[in-house]
Order: sequence, then structure tokens, then C-alpha cells
Amino acid sequence: MPSHNYFTYSIGKKQITAVTGLGLVGFTATHLAGNLLILVGADAFNAYGHALVSNPLIYLAEAILLGMFVLHIAMAATLTAQNIAARGRRYYIKNRSGRGETIASMTMPYTGTILLVFIILHLINFKYGAHYETTVDGVVMRDLFRLVVEYFANPLYVAWYVFSMIALGLHTGHGLQSSLQTWGLNHPKYTPKVKMVSVAYGVLVALGYSGLAIYCYFLN
Amino acid sequence: MSAKEEMLTLNLKIWRQEDRNDKGRFVDYKMEGVSTDSSFLEMIDMLNDELVKEGKDPVSFDHDCREGICGSCAMMVNGQAHGPNALTTTCQLHMRSFTDGDTIVIEPWRSRAFPVLKDLKTDRSAFDKIIAAGGYISVNTGNAQDANNLPVSKENADLAMDAASCIGCGACVAACPNASAMLFTSAKISQLAQFPQGQVEAAERASNMVREMDELGFGNCTNHAECEAACPKGIDLRNIAHMNREFLKAKVKGK
Ligand code: HEM
Ligand code: SF4
Ligand code: FES
Repeated sequence: MPSHNYFTYSIGKKQITAVTGLGLVGFTATHLAGNLLILVGADAFNAYGHALVSNPLIYLAEAILLGMFVLHIAMAATLTAQNIAARGRRYYIKNRSGRGETIASMTMPYTGTILLVFIILHLINFKYGAHYETTVDGVVMRDLFRLVVEYFANPLYVAWYVFSMIALGLHTGHGLQSSLQTWGLNHPKYTPKVKMVSVAYGVLVALGYSGLAIYCYFLN
Repeated sequence: MSAKEEMLTLNLKIWRQEDRNDKGRFVDYKMEGVSTDSSFLEMIDMLNDELVKEGKDPVSFDHDCREGICGSCAMMVNGQAHGPNALTTTCQLHMRSFTDGDTIVIEPWRSRAFPVLKDLKTDRSAFDKIIAAGGYISVNTGNAQDANNLPVSKENADLAMDAASCIGCGACVAACPNASAMLFTSAKISQLAQFPQGQVEAAERASNMVREMDELGFGNCTNHAECEAACPKGIDLRNIAHMNREFLKAKVKGK
């Protein structure tokens, strides 16, 4: 008898990858919006960070986020391993049609792995990084602005950050529209537009995050 | 009108493999006097005539209709399923698509679920197993009922007709970077899901055909769309989206 467990089916795993991916796409956008406060100034950025960590809901939000990451990576890694096994012997030559694969679609497992390494380092450097203090409107809080600006004084760190954000742009540029297809949303009129929005999202996210890193470099 | 006939000299690099267990290897053949008017399969026929005359083993390959409807003529030509032209099977490919002095690499489909039997021939019975897992409908026997009893919209009829044009050739699997059979499976699921008659088993069908496809060792679609580009019948990726919806419905219903 076939098992009725959703996770054991290819499409079940794909849909989990897609819905968690979409959640992460949403997180990526809100995180960028928060980061843009760097442009407003140190106090605005620090006050925002403080508001986030002082809200008790942050633990719930972090748990959901961690859950999405773990599920996304577990499903995507299983699917990728199965895909490599499914080919068996490789082709001697394999030419792309030019109407299918893109650089972004081809590199999903690689950009995903870069993102995993990036996220771990990112947490070590910032969330669990040096704890400076500042006072905004009489409230003592963490000076994340100083930490961020100091970090990006090193051009090598800026380069690694920009590299990772290009990976993020590629990953989400394919992933956003791909996840809608995986959930069965495909329409002859709207799908071409969704694809454009998806690529635009990837480009904006890559430019936005990288731009901020470069901006911080020049603040030094 | 068609261009003037020319004679080509070609270097063929063809995959030769004795049986399932043989490691296999490429063998080079030089062909002279290949007419640009001949078809790709006729060119291999010519080579095989030569090989037989020399007392050698001819190249095994599948073929039947030679007019693009049976889906037999599976082979990778220069790294593309059924060769370089869009919407054509290998039997519909003509030598006028090549130029004098070309090297042509010919390989079998590569997929764990389609083991090589000999040379370019693969065992594609995996597709039959997917169909057997759910590609049917239950009908009452007896007199055919009045056609207007079960109205089918023009849109559904068209989508079903498009999906039904899949010839089960396997080019989608061959071209997919993940060796996924989702374009084929989705065409079969979608075709039946368009009709009222297909609704009775819709949930079991989606669930069982996807399960079978997974168990046979095909890969998972990551939405590259190489299958759609390689498909000789232009089967649309919308079918995969439709299959994904049908699968979800089945799981929600607990099937
Ligand atoms: C942290 C490490 C990550 C790894 C290892 C990873 C890996 C992957 C892989 C291999 C795929 C292709 C699977 C498939 O398409 O079926 C994929 C798809 C996807 N990823 Fe990631 N990813 C990671 C992080 C992210 C992040 C941070 C986001 C969003 C900001 C994201 C969004 C997506 C989306 C939307 C898809 C498309 C799902 C689909 O095709 O239906 N991923 N990921
Ligand atoms: S979907 Fe297209 S490529 Fe795949 S088996 Fe059917 S006709 Fe061949
Ligand atoms: S031989 Fe029938 S499709 Fe090519």
C-alpha cells in the first residue's frame, strides 16, 4: 500500500521547499526594509533593532524562521540528491535548448549552499557579534550600527557580502516564480509577468543589500 | 522550395553498448555521400548497411512510424534530445540540418529509470508503469450516452487535446537536468482531469501516478523548462502546474 504521507512524495517535498522558500523571500524583503534604516541614521537603525528584540513575539518569529530554514534545506537537499541519482550516467555532451535553463535555475543548489554558509557567518558576526552599547532617547540599547559599520570597514568582508547577495538575488530570482509553479499557479497571461517580477525582486534584493554594505564601507 | 541536394561527409561518434551490464563506449564512424535530403534515421540505416556488409554488429536503435507519432526514436543528437530542431522527433530530423564535415555525437537517453538495453535502445517501460498506475477512467458499459449529457467546455477540450498529444517519447526526461518525468506524468494526469469522466478517480490517479513515478527513480522537477523546450509535441509546463494542483487536492482529501 502506498503511504499517504505528503512528505514522502516528490511533489510534497517540492511544495514544502516552495512554501518555506516563499516565507524566506518575505523575510528577505522585510529584513532589507529594516536595514534601509541605516540610511536614516544610527539612532533610527538601533531603535528599530531594539524594538524587534524587546518584543516577546520575537522568539516565536525566530522559531518559525528557523523552522522554515531547516525544512527548506532538508527538503531541497533530499530533492537535489535524488536528482543527481536519477540521471545515473552523465551525458558525454549535453546542450541546453536556450529556452529553458537559466544561470539562476542551474545554480540553485550552489547558491543555496552559499546562502547557508553566509547565514551562519552572518549570525556569528552580527547577532552573536560584539555587544556595543548606545543610548537613544534615554534608553540603553545595543549599538548595532557601530558593529555593522566597523565590520564593513574591511573591503574583503564587503566583497564576500556582495558575492553572497548576488547568490541571494539569483536564488530568489528563480525561486520566487518557481515556487508559484510548484503550488500549481500557472496562467498563460500572468506567468510571464510573474517571471519578470521574480527577476526584478532578485535584482533589487541583491542591489539593496550590496548597496548598503558599500555605503557602510564609505561611512568609515 | 527546399535547398538543392548536397552530399555530406560526416564523422559520427556513436555510443555502443552490448547489453545492460556492458560499460559501453563511443565508436567513431566516417560516413561519406550522405544526402541532405535523407532523414537522420536513413543516415543510420546507411551506416548499418555498411556495418552488416563488413560483418559487424549494426547500431541498435528504436524506430517505428518514422513520422513523429510513435515516440520510439529516442536518441541524443549532439547533446540534444531528438537533435537540434524544435518540435521534431529524430525521425523528422533531416540531414539538411547539418553541414559537410560535421561531427555528430549520438547517445542514448540517460536516466536511471531508462536503462540502456543495447547501443541507443533504452528500456522505457517505466512510462507504461506510470500509466498503469492511474491513467484510466471507469465507464459504464452499454449504449453510449448522449454526448450532451456531459458538457465539456471548449477550453477543457483544447487543453485535454494538447495534453493527449504526448507520444511518450521520453525526450522530457532525457533533456531534464534532473531526469524528471514530470512533464510526461503531468500530461497524462492533466488530460484525464479535464473531463467530467476523469473526476471519479482524480485523487487516486494523481497520488498513485506520482508515487509510481517517484518509485521508478525519476528526478524531481526544479522548473528549468528544458523538458518543454525539448518536447516534440510542445507539451506545456502548465500541465505540471495542473498536476501539482491535482496532487495537492488528492492529499487534502487524504488519498
Ligand atoms: C540557507 C540555505 C539554502 C539552501 C541550501 C537552499 C537550497 C535550495 C535548493 C537546492 C532549491 C531548489 C529546489 C527546488 O527548486 O525544488 C531551493 C529552492 C528555493 N529556495 Fe532555497 N535554499 C536556501 C536558502 C534560501 C533562502 C534564504 C531563500 C529566500 C530568501 C530561498 C528561497 C527559495 C525558493 C523560493 C525556492 C524555490 C522553490 C521551488 O522551486 O518551488 N532559499 N533552495
Ligand atoms: S511530454 Fe513531450 S517529451 Fe515528454 S514523453 Fe510526452 S511527447 Fe515526449
Ligand atoms: S520513429 Fe515514431 S516518432 Fe520517430
